[in-house]
Amino acid sequence: MSSNPDKVVFNGVSKSFGKKGEDLLVLEDINLNIAEGELVCLLGPSGCGKSTLLNIAGGFEAPTTGSVRVDGEPVLRPDPRRVFVFQEYGIFPWASVWDNIVLGIRHLSRERQHEIAQETIDLVGLSGFERSYPMELSGGMKQRVEVARALAVSPDVLYMDEPFGALDSLTRLTMRSELIRIWQDRHPTILFVTHDVDEAIQLAERVVVFSARPGRIEEIIDVDLPHPRDLGAPEYGQVKNRLYERLGVSHRI
Amino acid sequence: MSAAWIALVLAAAGLAFGLRLSRRIQEWVLPAALAVALVALWDLACRFTGSVIFPTPHQTWLASLELIESQRLWGDIVASLFRVTWGFFLAAGVGIPLGLVIGWSTRTFRAMNPIIQGLRPISPIAWIPISILWFGIGDGAGIFLIFLSSFFPITVGTTAAVRNIPLVYQRSALNFGVRGLALFRGVVFPAALPQIITSLRIALGVAWLVIVAAEMVGMDSGLGYLINDARNAGSRYDLVVATMIMIGLIGIVLDFLIRRLERFDEVRWGYVQR
Repeated sequence: MSSNPDKVVFNGVSKSFGKKGEDLLVLEDINLNIAEGELVCLLGPSGCGKSTLLNIAGGFEAPTTGSVRVDGEPVLRPDPRRVFVFQEYGIFPWASVWDNIVLGIRHLSRERQHEIAQETIDLVGLSGFERSYPMELSGGMKQRVEVARALAVSPDVLYMDEPFGALDSLTRLTMRSELIRIWQDRHPTILFVTHDVDEAIQLAERVVVFSARPGRIEEIIDVDLPHPRDLGAPEYGQVKNRLYERLGVSHRI
Repeated sequence: MSAAWIALVLAAAGLAFGLRLSRRIQEWVLPAALAVALVALWDLACRFTGSVIFPTPHQTWLASLELIESQRLWGDIVASLFRVTWGFFLAAGVGIPLGLVIGWSTRTFRAMNPIIQGLRPISPIAWIPISILWFGIGDGAGIFLIFLSSFFPITVGTTAAVRNIPLVYQRSALNFGVRGLALFRGVVFPAALPQIITSLRIALGVAWLVIVAAEMVGMDSGLGYLINDARNAGSRYDLVVATMIMIGLIGIVLDFLIRRLERFDEVRWGYVQR
């Protein structure tokens, strides 16, 4: 739907893990093009391989067949221009909020580090907590530190692996609207993995629906709703119905 | 006779009364009452059996005063602490870097772990003849034995600490391009540090156990030697027990000192969930 050039391209990606002599196929023939500045959600049931796909894109795991290219270059290893935001907190508990955030910009001059760190801290709403340690922060604030650490390096691409999964439902809603705000402000390309249908519709321009194992792309659904999205709008409900249908579950309990 | 009974009754009352107090006061009153009860029982047992060799609490108290007044006790404490300090710091200086490397490098782990696991079960006491052969009767042998007894817990503890570092920290570091020495200094070491401190604590406890045994067998000074000497020079069991209590108290102080390390902001996170 975007007219921008392709940023991340998955070409025939499959992944199998050897287990007890048998090969367990978790991802099968994934072909997907993500445009620059696009926000795409990968949605599927637990164990469908969507996190594995993200790890392959991030350069943490190698595909069994196929390849991932970013800006036309194959991904071989992690790269500071593309930052991964982890499901479990990947920020360092032994370092203060400030020291965590400057991790990716430690090569810059002191003044520049200071400038960027303060800017991102303000952006994610952590002002006043610069000297705090992660253990002194709530779950939502820890996740903000993680996002700030990623944003500090001004990445082209953000890989987010169920980053709000461990938060309570209210904090999760706040974090989603903050993510949209940041995305509209800076327009990085975002690949966001989730198993939450509402989260996918609230965030994504396109939702990639995965089947259960082995993960295959079931369908790609455009969410053509302007931000801020009205969660009570009929169009919202229509998209939701369609996603539930594609996932093969009833949304009536 | 009556003093012990009164103490026992008071201790029982203290325990019963202490159960109703707030947690903070309980932490002081309950162990104090229990200690008083145990000392009273000790005293009663001495009188009941009519032992002439085993000292009563009062005789032990007098022996403690005698030890404190004599110049000798301080010399023996210093001798023991000197050996423990040197052996322990040498072991930490070698064991922590070695453990970091073994824990990080799978090949080094494969090569060295079986040998370390094979040497580890050998009691440091079994090394006493060899240490005397190599270093003679004196501080050298003591330091060597403490080095051995601290080295294995520290190395094995540090290795395990590194191998237990969550994958997510390694991936974070990789993602932000942290590698080489910066990776060790900035991620591997701080991530492993809480567990390293725990292994230091274990090692220091073992070192304090071993030094007494070593001094009883193969040295001519120190608290272990003092125990042996008190027994050999006229069965002074009052001095034996007084020295044992002294060893226990110094052990508590050593543990208290090393636990201070757990309070720093950089490592506090490692102890919260436990």
